[in-house]
Amino acid sequence: MTRRVAIVDGLRTPFAKSGTSLKRLSTLDLGSAVVAELLSRSGVDGDLVDRVVYGSVVQDVASPNLAREIVLSTPLPDTTDAHSITKACATSTQTFVSGAQAILLGDADVVITGGADSLSKPPVTFSDHFVEVMMEAQGARDLGSRLKAFSRLRPKDLAPNPPAIADRSTGETMGDGAERMAKLNGISREAQDEYALRSHQKAIDAWEKGIYDSEVMALPIPPSYATTVDRDSIPRADTSLDKLSTLRPVFDRQYGTVTAGNSSPLTDGASALLLMEEHTAKRLGYIPKAFLRSYGFAALDPNWQLLMGPALATPIALERAGMELADIDVVDIHEAFAAQLLSVLQAFASDEFAVTHLGRDRAIGRIPDEKLNLYGGSISLGHPFAATGARQLLTMANELVRRDAGIALITQCAAGGLGAAVILER
Amino acid sequence: MATLTTYPNFSLTVHDGVATVFMDKKDEALNTLDPSVFEDVLAILNMVETDDSVQALVLASAKPDSFLAGANIRWFETLRTADEATEILRQGQAIFNRIEALHAEKGKPVVAAIHGAALGGGLEFALTASIRIVTNSSKTQLGQPEVQLGILPAAGGTQRLPALIGIANALDLMLTGRSVDARKASKLGLVDEIVPDQALLQVAQQRARDAIGTSSERDTGITLSPATLQKFALEKNRLGREVLFRQARQRTRTQTKGNYPAPERIIDAVEIGVNQGREAGLDAEARFLGELIVSPESKALRSIFFASQELKNEMWVPADPKPVNHVAVIGGGLMGGGIAAVSASRAATTVRVKEVDQAAVGRTLKHVADYTAGRVKRRRMRPFEAEQVMLRMSGSTDWSGYRNADLVIEAVFESLDLKQSILREVEGITRADTVFASNTSSLPITDIAAASSRPETVLGMHYFSPVEKMPLLEIVVTDQTADWATATAVEFGKRQGKTVIVVNDGTGFYTSRILGPYGREAFYLLEEGASVEAIDGAIEQWGFPVGPMLLSDEVGIDTQEKIGHILVDAFGSRMTGPDVPARLVADGRRGRKNGRGFYSYDDKGVRGAVDESVYEALELGPRKELPETEIQQRISLALINEAALCLEEGVLGSARDGDIGAIMGIGFPPFRGGPFWYIDQVGIDEIVAQLRMLAARHGSRFAPAQILLDIAARDATFRM
Repeated sequence: MTRRVAIVDGLRTPFAKSGTSLKRLSTLDLGSAVVAELLSRSGVDGDLVDRVVYGSVVQDVASPNLAREIVLSTPLPDTTDAHSITKACATSTQTFVSGAQAILLGDADVVITGGADSLSKPPVTFSDHFVEVMMEAQGARDLGSRLKAFSRLRPKDLAPNPPAIADRSTGETMGDGAERMAKLNGISREAQDEYALRSHQKAIDAWEKGIYDSEVMALPIPPSYATTVDRDSIPRADTSLDKLSTLRPVFDRQYGTVTAGNSSPLTDGASALLLMEEHTAKRLGYIPKAFLRSYGFAALDPNWQLLMGPALATPIALERAGMELADIDVVDIHEAFAAQLLSVLQAFASDEFAVTHLGRDRAIGRIPDEKLNLYGGSISLGHPFAATGARQLLTMANELVRRDAGIALITQCAAGGLGAAVILER
Repeated sequence: MATLTTYPNFSLTVHDGVATVFMDKKDEALNTLDPSVFEDVLAILNMVETDDSVQALVLASAKPDSFLAGANIRWFETLRTADEATEILRQGQAIFNRIEALHAEKGKPVVAAIHGAALGGGLEFALTASIRIVTNSSKTQLGQPEVQLGILPAAGGTQRLPALIGIANALDLMLTGRSVDARKASKLGLVDEIVPDQALLQVAQQRARDAIGTSSERDTGITLSPATLQKFALEKNRLGREVLFRQARQRTRTQTKGNYPAPERIIDAVEIGVNQGREAGLDAEARFLGELIVSPESKALRSIFFASQELKNEMWVPADPKPVNHVAVIGGGLMGGGIAAVSASRAATTVRVKEVDQAAVGRTLKHVADYTAGRVKRRRMRPFEAEQVMLRMSGSTDWSGYRNADLVIEAVFESLDLKQSILREVEGITRADTVFASNTSSLPITDIAAASSRPETVLGMHYFSPVEKMPLLEIVVTDQTADWATATAVEFGKRQGKTVIVVNDGTGFYTSRILGPYGREAFYLLEEGASVEAIDGAIEQWGFPVGPMLLSDEVGIDTQEKIGHILVDAFGSRMTGPDVPARLVADGRRGRKNGRGFYSYDDKGVRGAVDESVYEALELGPRKELPETEIQQRISLALINEAALCLEEGVLGSARDGDIGAIMGIGFPPFRGGPFWYIDQVGIDEIVAQLRMLAARHGSRFAPAQILLDIAARDATFRM
């Protein structure tokens, strides 16, 4: 009996710009909240959940195995196995695939996957020298040696390191990578701003049409619970090309085109998916929204086009599915930056790119606008790093439900030059 | 080299000069004290006192998570007279004195190694040791709860406890009966050392070995602190002590209104010991115990203890409960929020609250969060557990997430139409075996179930406000309620920490119904000229926590009016009284909730004196004196006669349930043992005679229930 992996349910928190409405909640709080609510809404018996695969990008030192902490905090039984994965912006695509693999291997029948990130509370680190002194003081046997250790501290040691946003290997930030791609691929400032505007319009429309009503939970905010966040706060109905064009480039102030307006913002949020083996779903009375058809991962030299991953991962997934891009009905590409997204589209459509980088004789294909990112993307909805993949998968699974047929492609780039792609079918 | 000796209730090993005794009461889950245990202790003492190979003694328990739970209370019931009890207690004291003397006189130190409950006689046993070591487990609890049973610690507790932790602290523990955890016990000086569970025996044996050859005098090192200063000012001189005892007596009197003799005897025993010495104190303690154990108050309190123990194991119906893991609460107001709190925390189920809007969901979550925060603050719960409770909580404004509910509890306001429409909606989305419970306080469950397509799953779960504190849950079943549904609700109520009684359906069930005549009679008395203060004062003096007028304000005068109509419709003239509530509601008085009622309230809702304008609003003339006893008799008998009717009509399954329900649900005076215990105590003939006399004077509303006449005719009793 072949085993197929079904997405039977999913949920996410509203996404909010870091430091705003969700700032009191930690990554663990956000992940626990969405998993607990997913359990309630789906009505799945916790005893049936074989495994939780969950992740975050900004690691909380207090909960390195985030997935297990979520199990212990939520009503899931303590006997539920759990492990955590981190893979930059592809984290919850990876947790989804890892959960799916467990099902395909027969390790598990019911798996919860997803990811969460709070960028409001990044862990703060100190200089190596400071850490050295603290460790020495902690190990000191008497007051004298403790004081001696502390005496080596200088005021500058007390300044914490800024949270790392640059790639360790290249020394570049994501934005630097996007800047470079814009220049290499000739993506203009206007094209980027136009894309960003469209993204906001689509997100606003989707909320108005109720697309997100069943995907986004209402999150009452402790400790007073007086406010409940139940909508994404990043999509803007009032933005315009004029407004976007006034923003100054952030990463390359002199020659750059990448601005806060055409990039995905730092965001707090969490998402989760409930996966089941096809027959298990049937037995338990769940109607699958969509099935996993194939997936592909790719990695490239981060000194090249850092965020080009989707163009490399997608052909792998297509090939495994035995499909061409034309067979795909809807596509959801993670919008790290408009410059990155437009570069990726260009590469998809380029025969030259296919020949040079993919070993194919012709382009992957052009993605028509009416198939692409129908309900907004990371620029307009926000991008809590580890929550984005599951957010895309959920929206696309629900889109297949709305169409009651079809094939969907979900893909992301990720820091370190990674790419991920998943094909869902119904 | 270890040797092992066994006794019926103990085993004893000797290793390296230290004898460790493990108490392990035969055929019992917990260790308790009774003559068979004392026999063993005597034998052990004889051996330890004389055997030179034993140089120190460790007292421990072989029961899991329990040290010694106190005296065997069943054994108390076999004591017939005060003198018999006093004599036996003297023997017990002598044995405890010999344990204490092991160190002082024989040079053999004694260490109590305590894990789990050391309560009552259990703590007194530990107090005989030279050193007390406890585990840091939350299971470890120390206390003298005797007062709750109307007696006093009489195995040296009133003497050794003040000597160890000071008079004020000792009185506090003995008068409240509360128990303390390891940390608090250490702060009080009640224990010498706190250790992890696993290290208990090893450390206790080591401390015993180390103490061999040391003096038994405790080193009372003096540190200058406000507590020490207070101790010196009050406890270390006769004048100060007089002040201290006088204050304690005054406070006790205010609280007990003279209805409970035990607290006063505790103060007496401590004072005698402090002023006249240990021997006189022990003698007084034993005498007082004899006197108290045969007192009606203690008998009543013990009957409640036994009844609630029985109810813990009561199955009610010959069916197995279904598991309840997911609870839905419809309406998260004051009651719903409380039900959610005890469900998500004590019963550890998930709770999904349905409310009209997100703000209301947020208020329910806040209610539960406040409850868990309080438990964390009092160290009853770890912060992580509080987090888990909040993650079991969820809320919604639509019907998403209810399909896996095992039990739905509806706690919306009292409207039959609303409750029926909720029932229909719930049945549309839940499983066929989801139990539907209504938290109504007055509407017949049968009427609500009329809207059900599966009435076998419908019952009432009547909680009392505030749900977190009130111990009773009254489960109401109809003719159609399936046994498994009843069993499921009972089991769940117990998991919430409630004492559960099951009653048959009828208007007002049991608890709300007996309050009908209680309030009615109060209104008659008001009309006849009694003042609000006189009525409430008389009833509070009789032993209720609040009088009927204040109760109206608390419950809400409009709510009371509504319930009054429901009761009159169902039971007719017996429930009809002066239309006081209607007139007050017309005057804009709804009680505490709008700050206007029988009493006055300030801007913050704090209650003041009686609002004198209430008489004018009721068009009542000047007040006059009515005898306190008449007020007490009429109001209490109105309630008691109604309770008898509930038993007669089969609303109540037993007199026991009626007693527990009245005490735990509506504050019937515990020292009177409940309506039925009280009837037995006063004498049923006397009760019937009083009711007939009242009926002659005030009308048929006092006509004695037939069941009273029947039982009287058979010369039988309800409970005794």
